Amino acid sequence: MKKKGNLRLILSLAVVALLYGAAVLVEHTSGSKSMVVTVLQKGAVYALIAVSMNLLNGFTGLFSLGQAGFMLIGAYSYAILTIPMAKRAAVYQYYDGGIVQFTIGLLPALLVAGVMAALFAALIGMPVLRLKGDYLAIATLGFAEIIRAFVQWDAIGPLTNGSNLLKTYPTLKTAMPGNTLLFTFLVVGVCIGLILLLINSTYGRAFKAIRDDEIAAEAMGINLFRHKQMAFVISSFFAGIGGALLAMYQGSLQANGFKSAMTYEILLIVVIGGMGSVSGSILASFLFIACSEWWLRFLDAETMIGNFQVPLLAPGFRMVAFSIVIMVVVLFFRKGIMGDRELWELGSRRQAKGGGRNK
Amino acid sequence: MFDTLLPYLLAGISVGGQYAMIAVGYTLVYGILRLINFAHGDIFTAAGFFMVYLAAAMPPALAIPLVIILTVALGFTVERVAYKPLRSAPRMSIMISAIGVSYLLQNLMWYLTGGLARQYPVLPGLGDSIQIGSASTKVVTLVTPVLTVALVVALVMLIKRTKIGMAMRAVSVDFETAQLMGIKINNVISFTFIIGSAMAAIGSLLYFTNYTAVTPTIGAMPGLKAFVAAVFGGIGSIPGAMIGALIIGICENLIKAAGLTMFSDAFTFALLIIVLLVRPTGLFGEKTTEKV
Repeated sequence: MKKKGNLRLILSLAVVALLYGAAVLVEHTSGSKSMVVTVLQKGAVYALIAVSMNLLNGFTGLFSLGQAGFMLIGAYSYAILTIPMAKRAAVYQYYDGGIVQFTIGLLPALLVAGVMAALFAALIGMPVLRLKGDYLAIATLGFAEIIRAFVQWDAIGPLTNGSNLLKTYPTLKTAMPGNTLLFTFLVVGVCIGLILLLINSTYGRAFKAIRDDEIAAEAMGINLFRHKQMAFVISSFFAGIGGALLAMYQGSLQANGFKSAMTYEILLIVVIGGMGSVSGSILASFLFIACSEWWLRFLDAETMIGNFQVPLLAPGFRMVAFSIVIMVVVLFFRKGIMGDRELWELGSRRQAKGGGRNK
Repeated sequence: MFDTLLPYLLAGISVGGQYAMIAVGYTLVYGILRLINFAHGDIFTAAGFFMVYLAAAMPPALAIPLVIILTVALGFTVERVAYKPLRSAPRMSIMISAIGVSYLLQNLMWYLTGGLARQYPVLPGLGDSIQIGSASTKVVTLVTPVLTVALVVALVMLIKRTKIGMAMRAVSVDFETAQLMGIKINNVISFTFIIGSAMAAIGSLLYFTNYTAVTPTIGAMPGLKAFVAAVFGGIGSIPGAMIGALIIGICENLIKAAGLTMFSDAFTFALLIIVLLVRPTGLFGEKTTEKV
C-alpha cells in the first residue's frame, strides 16, 4: 500500500510539474496580455480562494459567508505595505502621504496579508463560531460588510486611503514581467498543497468528523470550538493571501469591489466543483473564470448571421446564461463535478467504496 | 435639538416600515422552511422594475395591482422551481439554491434593463410634499407606518384566526406531523411565498417613492437589513419583525444624523451579531431546544 501511495504522489507531482511547464510555455508563446494567460491568472487566484472556502464549508461544515471580508483585509494589507515610498504622496494625496512610511518585500507582504486576515478571523471567530448553521452564515456575511464599511472610514484614511483607490503597488505584470503565471501558480500551488496536507492530517479528519456529526465528534473527544476556530483562522489566512493575489492581478484596489456578491460567486464555484473536493474547486475555478471571462463572451455581442439578427444576444446575456447553468448544477447535480472525491482518487474508486461516507 | 432630529426620525420610521414589509417575507419563510430566502431582496427589486415598466404603459390605478400580481407570480415561481425540488435535501443545499436564484435574478435584471438606473415613477398622492412641524417630507413618510401596522395586524389575524393560518402554524412547528395530519404542505408553503412577495411588492411601492433610482442590485441591502430585523424581532414572529424593522430604521437614520453615514449599514450587522450572541431567539422569538 505504502509503495502505491508513493507512486501516486510522484505521479501527481509529475503532472503538476508538467502543468506548470505548460503554463510557462503558454505565457512565453502567446504573451502576457493574451486571454489565455489572463484566464489562467485569475483562475489560479480564484482556485486558492475557493479551496480556502471549501476547507471551511465543505470539509468542516461551517457555512461561512465572510470570505470577501478576509480577502479585502489581505488585499489591503498587501497593497498598503508594498506601495513604493516615492509614490505614497500621490496615492495618499488626501491624507498627507499616509502613516505607513515603510515598504516591505513582495513575499513578506503576501505573508502579512494572510496573517492579518487570520488575526481578524481569530477575533471574529470567538463570538461568531458559537452560532450554528444559517445564523453563522448571516453573521459572517455581516462581519464582511462591517469590515468593508470600516476600511472606507475617513478617520482611518491615513492607513487605508479611505474610499479612494489604492494603486501603484507591485502587480503581477510589474513585479514578474513575463513570468506572471509561474509566480501565481507557485504561490497558489504551495498554499493549496499546505491545505491538502492539513486536510489529510488528524486535524483534517477531526474537521470532517465535525462536519458529519457535531455531537458525535464532541463525544469522541474533539474540542469543537478549538477545531472550528482553527479551520476558520486557517481558511481566512489563505483567503487573505488569495485577496492579495487578486489585488496583484487587478492592479488597483477599492473596498467596494469586495461585496457579498463576490462571496456568493466563490460559494457557487465551490458548489460546482463539489463541496469537500479540493481538485473539484480548482477545476471549477478555472471553468468559472474561463466561461465568464472568455468562452461565453460571444453571448454578449449582438450577432448577425447574414441578414438575421440572432435573438437574445445583447450585453449581459452571458451572465444570464451562466447563472442558469449554475442553477441547473445546484438543482440537479447537487454533488458538483467531483462530489467529495479528488481527481487523484478516481482510479481507486473500487477499493475505497467500503469505507466511504454513508450517504 | 428636536427640530434637527425630527426629519431623521421621520425618515427612520418610514424606512423602518418599508423594511418591515420585506421582513415579513423573511420571517414567514424562515418560520416554515428554516430557509434564509436570499432571493427575497431581489424579488423586491423586481417589483420596483415591474412598476417602472408598467407605469409607462398604463395609469397607476391599474399598474399597482398588476405589480403586486406579477411579484407574487415571481415569488411563487421561484419557490416551485428552485426550492420545492430540494425539500428533502440538506438545508445548506436550499440556502445555496437561494443564493443561486439571487445571482440569476440580479443578472437577469441587469440584462433586461441594460444595467442603467431607472427612474421610479411618481405615484400620485404618495410623492407629494407635506410639512410636519419644522420638517418637510413626502406623504409616503406618513402613509408607511400606518399601512405597515394595518397590514401586520391583518396578517396576524390571518394566521391566528383562519384555517390556512392554522395550517401555517402547524407546518412551522412540525413539517412531517403536519403532513400526516392531512395538511398539503406544498400549498401552505406556496401561500407563504405569495404573502411574502405581496408584502415585498407593497414595500417596494413605498420604498422607491423615497429612493427613486431602481438598479438591479438595489434590493440586496434592504433585503439583508430586513432579514436582520426579522432575526432581531424573533424569527417567525410578525409583530417582532415589524418592531425590529422600525428600530433598525430609526437607529440607522440617527447614525446618519450623527454624521457617520458610512456606518449606518455596518450598525445593522453589529446589531445582528449582538442579538445572536445575547438573545438568539430575538425579542419575541420562541425558545427552541436542540435535538440530537
